[in-house]
Amino acid sequence: MTSVNFDLSQEQSMIVKMVREFAEEEIAPKAAEVDRNARFPIETFEKLGELGLLGLPISEEYGGAGGDTISYALAVEEIGRACGSTGLSYAAHVSLGCGPLYYFGTEEQKKKYLTPLASGKALGSFGLTEPNAGSDAGGTQTRAVRDGDSYVINGSKSFITNAGYAKTIVVTAVVGKDERGKNRIGAFIVPTDTKGFSVVRTYEKMGLRGSNTVELSLEDVRVPAENLLGSESAGFKQFLYTLDGGRISIGALSVGLARAAYEAALQYAKERVQFGHTISKFQAIQFKLADMAMHIELARDMVLKAAWLKDQHRPFTKESAMAKLFASEICMRAADQAVQIHGGAGYVQDFPVERIMRDAKLMEIGEGTSEVQRLVIARQIGC
Amino acid sequence: MNIIVCIKQTFDTEAKISLENGAVKEDGVQFILNPYDEYAVEEALKIKEEQGGEVTVVTVGPARVEEAIRTALAMGADEAIHIEDEAAYGDEYTIAEVLAAAIRQKSYDLILAGNQAVDDGSGQVAVRLAQLLDIAHISTITKLEIHGTQVVAERDAEGDTEIAEASLPVLVTAQQGLNEPRYPSLIGIRKASKKPLTKLTLADLGLSADAVGRKVTPVEVFLPAAKGAGRILEGDTAMRVQELVRELRQTSKVL
Ligand SMILES: Cc1cc2nc3c(=O)[nH]c(=O)nc-3n(C[C@H](O)[C@H](O)[C@H](O)COP(=O)(O)OP(=O)(O)OC[C@H]3O[C@@H](n4cnc5c(N)ncnc54)[C@H](O)[C@@H]3O)c2cc1C
Repeated sequence: MTSVNFDLSQEQSMIVKMVREFAEEEIAPKAAEVDRNARFPIETFEKLGELGLLGLPISEEYGGAGGDTISYALAVEEIGRACGSTGLSYAAHVSLGCGPLYYFGTEEQKKKYLTPLASGKALGSFGLTEPNAGSDAGGTQTRAVRDGDSYVINGSKSFITNAGYAKTIVVTAVVGKDERGKNRIGAFIVPTDTKGFSVVRTYEKMGLRGSNTVELSLEDVRVPAENLLGSESAGFKQFLYTLDGGRISIGALSVGLARAAYEAALQYAKERVQFGHTISKFQAIQFKLADMAMHIELARDMVLKAAWLKDQHRPFTKESAMAKLFASEICMRAADQAVQIHGGAGYVQDFPVERIMRDAKLMEIGEGTSEVQRLVIARQIGC
Repeated sequence: MNIIVCIKQTFDTEAKISLENGAVKEDGVQFILNPYDEYAVEEALKIKEEQGGEVTVVTVGPARVEEAIRTALAMGADEAIHIEDEAAYGDEYTIAEVLAAAIRQKSYDLILAGNQAVDDGSGQVAVRLAQLLDIAHISTITKLEIHGTQVVAERDAEGDTEIAEASLPVLVTAQQGLNEPRYPSLIGIRKASKKPLTKLTLADLGLSADAVGRKVTPVEVFLPAAKGAGRILEGDTAMRVQELVRELRQTSKVL
């Protein structure tokens, strides 16, 4: 009769403990600096690689640590709690950089391209979004044309995480049209030192400023035909699946950021005295903190449920959209309320909640906006 | 080089301590590997990496301490011995006797331990163990060098450094500053669950509960009095000194 079980395994709790310690000691102290200087903390990623975290849920044959999605989600939460920027780049490397190669690569593709990423020797990236294809990612305009033994790719990609530092990027491109006149989209493995591949600019962002986000240009980028991932028309389904997985990590990152906001607000509320009492004695403040605590708990449960379903090889599209949607919205709400609890102090950079509020907003946009999550859920429930 | 590291699972240094029925309450508390023992494990692993050998961790405690064992194994220790027996959880005398019995069954060149545990802070177990095994010990070390069978250690001597020499087999206890303990890697964590862990009872060690029974019994356990608000003394220096002495005599009664 006992099948629902909220305990972590010994291995899962050891992973969380290790990541929390590492994040508190090595990541959190840099969070304000990487934000202020918009500096990508490459040295942190080298250390994450040495600890095996860059390949956490990838099997050992490809250089990963062979952990499960639950451990991965909890690791993202801990890293995100310490620094949103590091959390986003970490999640993007694992879910979007390694993900498509791991799920859809051939044995040779995995050996050659996934192993360096999962073993932490290099970073990976995923190029889906384009100037004219965001929520409507199927509207890709980048083209790949078969030319003998290779494909020649032309186009541009926007808002691509880690691509300025990545060794390998998977990009989507239109290969042709099917009988119904719809785009056939393929995904291609592109080493970033390929001729014609370039970073056009690095965006100046509102938040997550320590995460690398760039615009890419692909001009006559020639890759061997064997760099096609799956078939010429598999790209659309592949990116939908990749994003389903990625949403678990954005949900987890949202929980981490929300926790950071909540913990800072709780501490501040217990210290700040007005009208002769700490403000934590005022019911108006208590209710905000109670809501935050409740939302965080619920969001984490949903993230872990989606992760569990993925680990069980069951459908998780609806649950990961719900987890991402709920977690990102309570994250933004928690960040907003944390600033409110800090009053003027929350609006200036002396306290972390100012940064967290800027970081939080991306959670409602990246890997599918809140509107798109609602579309996904609506489709799943049969609308 | 066969290295043995004695470890203890302790309360998280940030844990909130509360009492129940005259004992420290364990419910809901996070447990960690004693930080000084982490230095000891790290040092053992460094020596193993340089000179080869095997690292065995030994601990005494209830089932929950297995997590601390797994942490040491995840950092890189090769195997573990866990003495799990109600009758073995006594005082420093008991633990030292039990550890000695377990360690006598092994061959060893070097024994490492933390210089104290952050919970009881007695700093006795390791040095008692050296006495029972009849080997030399160097306590509170901040540096360790081993050349063949010669051991040179720097020890923290109340802020000064004392250099001590000994020859193997020897027992040393780790002080903060000895090294920077590594984080267990993910692969290490995953491998830890497959490394050999031997569970022993007092009977397995040929000990009777009576022979190792505690010599010291706590009479009372209490929390320090809550800290009240501070007071800034007013007036010139002479007045403030007078007031301070009066406070120390009459209010806090420490003089
Ligand atoms: C920091 C950052 C990192 C990113 N990293 C990556 C990355 O690594 N790889 C990658 O490929 N992309 C990445 N992106 C892109 C991100 O996924 C897109 O920005 C996102 O999917 C939204 O697309 P868009 O910006 O084109 O907005 P649009 O699609 O133009 O949307 C604008 C607004 O219209 C709404 N909308 C659109 N369609 C509908 C509809 N059908 N019904 C209702 N409302 C709708 C949206 O919800 C939104 O509110 C990143 C973006 C940022 C900011």
